[in-house]
Amino acid sequence: MSSTDMIAPTSGWRQLQFFFDSKLHVRLESIIVLVVLGVAMSVLSPYFLSVSNFLNILLATSTIGVLAIGTTLILCSGGLDLSIGSILGLAGVVGAYFCVELEWPWFMAIVGALGAGAFAGFVNGQFITRLRIPAFIVTLGMLGIARGIGLIIAPNGGAIYGLPGPVIYLGQGRPLGIPSPVIILAIAAVLSHYLLAYSRFGWHTLAIGDNESAARATGISVESLRRKLYTISGMMAGLAGLIFMARVNAGDPTAGYTYELTAITAAIIGGTSLFGGKGSILGAVIGALIMGVLQNGLNLLAVQSYYQQIAIGAVLILAVYIDQLQTGKEKKA
Amino acid sequence: MSLLQISGVNKHFGAVQVLNGVDLTVEAGTVVGLVGDNGAGKSTLMKTITGIYAVDGGDVQFSGESLIGVAPGARRQRGIEMIYQDLALCKQQDVAANIFLGREPVKWAFGFLPGFVDKARMDEDALKMIARLGARIPSIHRPVGMFSGGQQQTVAIARALTFNPKLVIMDEPTAALAVREVESVLKLIRQMRDEGIAVILISHRLNDVFEVTDRIVVLRQGRIEADLQTRKTQMREVVSYIVGAH
Repeated sequence: MSSTDMIAPTSGWRQLQFFFDSKLHVRLESIIVLVVLGVAMSVLSPYFLSVSNFLNILLATSTIGVLAIGTTLILCSGGLDLSIGSILGLAGVVGAYFCVELEWPWFMAIVGALGAGAFAGFVNGQFITRLRIPAFIVTLGMLGIARGIGLIIAPNGGAIYGLPGPVIYLGQGRPLGIPSPVIILAIAAVLSHYLLAYSRFGWHTLAIGDNESAARATGISVESLRRKLYTISGMMAGLAGLIFMARVNAGDPTAGYTYELTAITAAIIGGTSLFGGKGSILGAVIGALIMGVLQNGLNLLAVQSYYQQIAIGAVLILAVYIDQLQTGKEKKA
Repeated sequence: MSLLQISGVNKHFGAVQVLNGVDLTVEAGTVVGLVGDNGAGKSTLMKTITGIYAVDGGDVQFSGESLIGVAPGARRQRGIEMIYQDLALCKQQDVAANIFLGREPVKWAFGFLPGFVDKARMDEDALKMIARLGARIPSIHRPVGMFSGGQQQTVAIARALTFNPKLVIMDEPTAALAVREVESVLKLIRQMRDEGIAVILISHRLNDVFEVTDRIVVLRQGRIEADLQTRKTQMREVVSYIVGAH
């Protein structure tokens, strides 16, 4: 056996899969699904294939996309964060409270939203790693706590309106014709993709999700890494809250309800394992886009939204099934 | 000065005293077999050397310096490696990721982006290491969970040997292997000794222990029961110490 045989697999399809997996750190299948869906929608609806509609899809995907990035990091580490939907709502309220109720300068909305998100995530991490309470329980608790705090801060539990112009621009502005949330999502995705796929931080994240005791034995400080990951996840939820708030021009304490499940769906459609050790940031964004294209296309075809929910549920189950088939095949090979 | 000097080490889990004043020294370039019944404290003792467990009393010295309070990662940097019975591999990651786990080399991407894991260099070194061990692996880019038991063992050994260790602890390295694979592991242990590496071999297979060790240490109920020269003892004597019938 020559050394080149040991590096690259042989068949054409496998080689292509390998290239996407190991060089681009995204699964070929999820890209194919997205393209096939896009082509199908273009054939079915004359309105689908246009730049403005694509920008619409990207805009509609941006909030879930940002959440799915944090979720992917958490899932890769073998963790779970159910609190991000509530944190999104809380972050928007805190941001709006700072610059509307307290009349602080506009950028304090950003500080408030990201800060509230990061702090909630930091608290999650502390409880999970120091008190050793399962992530499911801690973040389920935070799901209630963050939502409750948001409702308390907002006057009479209602939304805070009247954000300053620069903040609204973050949600409704179009620098170079591209919606600001799409730009924010792109920046967050590129940075996080680097973090997960190319940095030691990301490699260690995958390692602790894969085999925690092995990672600990090699000297990786598992607890400190987990604390950072939950803080990042909370901050991403804060960023999503900022985008949401700016888009609707209000800090709404009920925003983001059940978004955590949508974000997990996007991450898993994008090839991230629910059980840790495997995942892709670009995959999560593609997963969010697959859902966005489905919703947009079915809307254009005037299909009732109830059917959209069925379609997304089916895609999720199918994605995991295909993944299992693949893994099974590789094991036999 | 001994490479490893353990003196009076105690360790308890709750009310259970697992290690009870253990003394043990290991010289560079020697192979020490550590034997004992299940629950004698072998793995616990080894984990106090690697730093997974903190000792409750006593001292662990390596190259003349105390390891008390030193984290597992720092102990690896000083040259202590352990190959775990369950191999401690990340099954979904590939060969290079496992060999370099916790010690990934980094580079600047495009000359200005910091902190990129140097995958090309890792793959190259991983290939070299696998070749040096004389092993065959289908592809170093496959997740190691897809390999056979012997191939996974090779990856675990490669991880221990890649960073020029001074002491390698092997916990039941031959338990799950085919006969031919056992031979190659034993050959490797001799090769390590010849290179001046100290090896502690934990094994239930006394044939293997007699074949490669210089000394055999018997642990029983958390105490050192016997410390024997392999050349001057026999299987029957070792067994009698293990079961406490000596």
